[in-house]
Amino acid sequence: MSIFNKSMKLLVNGKEVQAREGISLLELLKEINIEVRPVGLAVAVNEEVIPKSRYGEVFLKEGDRVEIVNIVGGG
Amino acid sequence: MLDYEALLEEDYLEIAGRRFRSRLIIGSGKFKSFQENKEVLEASGAEIITVAVRRVNITDRTKENLLDYIDPNKYLILPNTAGCYTADEAIKTAMLAREATGINWVKLEVIGDQKTLLPDMEETLKAAKVLVKEGFIVLPYIFDDPVYAKKFEDVGCAAVMPLAAPIGSGLGLQNPYNLIFIKEAVSVPVIVDAGIGSAADIPPVMELGVDAILTNTALAEAKDPIKMAVAMKYATIAGRLSYLAGRMPKRTYAVPSSPLKGVPYKT
Repeated sequence: MSIFNKSMKLLVNGKEVQAREGISLLELLKEINIEVRPVGLAVAVNEEVIPKSRYGEVFLKEGDRVEIVNIVGGG
Repeated sequence: MLDYEALLEEDYLEIAGRRFRSRLIIGSGKFKSFQENKEVLEASGAEIITVAVRRVNITDRTKENLLDYIDPNKYLILPNTAGCYTADEAIKTAMLAREATGINWVKLEVIGDQKTLLPDMEETLKAAKVLVKEGFIVLPYIFDDPVYAKKFEDVGCAAVMPLAAPIGSGLGLQNPYNLIFIKEAVSVPVIVDAGIGSAADIPPVMELGVDAILTNTALAEAKDPIKMAVAMKYATIAGRLSYLAGRMPKRTYAVPSSPLKGVPYKT
């Protein structure tokens, strides 16, 4: 853990979000209170879908575009 | 008594090698609650239910999830790409849907016009090619165009889903001839998607010999969605049986049903 907790800008679902530099995807989800459920949730970083097993290994960078989706009703 | 179940025992809807007893597919949009949606699904007898993929609201979150209400062992959850206007958007949405559901089936929708929600066939075909190569079982929502329907079959789509009328219009069957032509043009299942307004709209479509019906708004906007679901279940069965039974020819003039000879008091 660095003592220099610099923050960076991410684009989460189209909205600017400030996050700690080098944060993992798993930590980000925890911070914004999103439950990692086995079904019903999917995340893409810079348009690449990240499998749930890899959330802890993906570290985010300044300007990354994170797309977090769930399943809703539709025809 | 001969029941419909006995008459339809060997009659399956088969898509990509998977067999379904019911020829009615329902959507999950616009219902009052997940619970109502679940009850409608059970009442309809459908075995396939479509769902959509949307961004999680990161500031206002509810813990409830539609998938908690649908048993994936009992029903096929069919994610759609509704709201996509380009092949690229639809491909990316399908990838997210696969990750979110663990299902590689997709109801591919690429819309070309906001007012009519008619499909952009060129973009849909482009997306279909890519998704088939990516290992998806692709069911494209298409215009009722038999020429294009064949193209979708040729690129490897597991079914085609022509409209009866625009999405959410409830106008019912508009062009029976095109659906007949599509049925003749392709050997994959033809699922009529969009335009059904009530249970009464279903038999005329099923009588054409199409393989299945997909409906959503007609259920969600019915005064009593459960009753409508039951009506639609039987309407689909009635239409299918009527198609299998084969209709009589249409004639311009009357033909008596009782014998002409031996009418009493006739001189």
